Amino acid sequence: MPNPYRRIALDGEAVVKEALRRLDQPARRAFLRRSLTLGGLSLLTGCAIVDEESVERALMKVSRLNDKVQAWLFDPTLLAPTYPESMITRPFPFNAYYKVDEVPEVDASEFRLEVGGLVADRHFGTFLRRVGADLSARYVGFQCADDYSTSIDMPTALHPQTLLALSFDGEPLPPRYGFPMKLRMPTKLGYKNPKHIEAIFVTNTYPGGYWEDQGYNWFGGS
Amino acid sequence: MTDDSGPIHPLWLRVTHWMNALAVVIMVMSGWRIYDADPFFGFVIPKSVTLGGWLAGALQWHFAAMWLLAANGLAYLACNVASGRVWRKFFPLSARAVMADVRAALRGLLKHDDLRAYNAVQRAAYLFVIADCVLLVLSGLVLWKPVQFSLLRELMGDYEAARRVHFLAMVALVAFVGVHLVMSALVPRALLAMIRGR
Repeated sequence: MPNPYRRIALDGEAVVKEALRRLDQPARRAFLRRSLTLGGLSLLTGCAIVDEESVERALMKVSRLNDKVQAWLFDPTLLAPTYPESMITRPFPFNAYYKVDEVPEVDASEFRLEVGGLVADRHFGTFLRRVGADLSARYVGFQCADDYSTSIDMPTALHPQTLLALSFDGEPLPPRYGFPMKLRMPTKLGYKNPKHIEAIFVTNTYPGGYWEDQGYNWFGGS
Repeated sequence: MTDDSGPIHPLWLRVTHWMNALAVVIMVMSGWRIYDADPFFGFVIPKSVTLGGWLAGALQWHFAAMWLLAANGLAYLACNVASGRVWRKFFPLSARAVMADVRAALRGLLKHDDLRAYNAVQRAAYLFVIADCVLLVLSGLVLWKPVQFSLLRELMGDYEAARRVHFLAMVALVAFVGVHLVMSALVPRALLAMIRGR
């Protein structure tokens, strides 16, 4: 799990800003404390719930079970709806678990070499084939420059609409939208789409992810 | 028209009723917290009456209890049809009968002497809430997987329309539950019958 503290600048104002931001993100242990509100508790006290830990584990287990159901439901031939260019939201919204002034600064010169020969906005499946990835593996994982990480199932990685995007609206991908590259999957919820991708790996060991480790569903598919 | 042998409510009915009550409470309260993450109707539902603590927690509860709601709902429908109870208890039903019983109820003349017999208002209400729950499940499937259930999505319009269908169907369910609880409080014998069977 990435260290979330690497990004904090060492001055009082930034620390306070960071603290205020984290107040809205309850720690994993606290989530169940808050979930057992008066309403919920009054109903569930009658059930044989031993402690918060066991409930939290049970809910995580069901979430992992739902991953299997979602994998079964996933049809690689079903496409997400598409929209005309005129409907692009301008300015395009910024979305991250930090503010826009904390967007990582990635050195463009390094990455120009690495992506040499790669056509912009590549179908990710084509990219995986080109680099000789084992397409029978279960997971593709991503490490990102903003200390974010996530992983996806191989069938979604190979889906025709899964794009490795290096540009946006005709320009090289701006930093606030994920320079140097991002993965766009219209068959996945937002948090599953990594930005500022620094490393891509193919594996059969469950890699988890930043939000998934905290309780969001791993498959997260539409 | 009523069969006087056996319990007023058979065991399978009572079990599925209370399992459904539990599932509905979890689904509605966690659903409220999910709504709060993007309150598209402008108002926020107070966190104190929601379940889950934060969006991830609410989603976990929601996607766990959905299995209970669906499995239990299917079991209830299957038993109802297989036993023939649905035809005996809910039909015949006519708009005229409903209007007549509504008028009687408003005058305080609608009695529940025989708990085995559902009056027309009850028949309409229970059939309505069953249909409403089916609508909640179908719209829920669209919200969960708008690409995998694209046909359902198209039937509801689009994703945004499905959100509103889901929310409004929830409002109808909560309204039913409110009336249902008041009625049960007014006729405690009925509540006992749903627990003990008699």
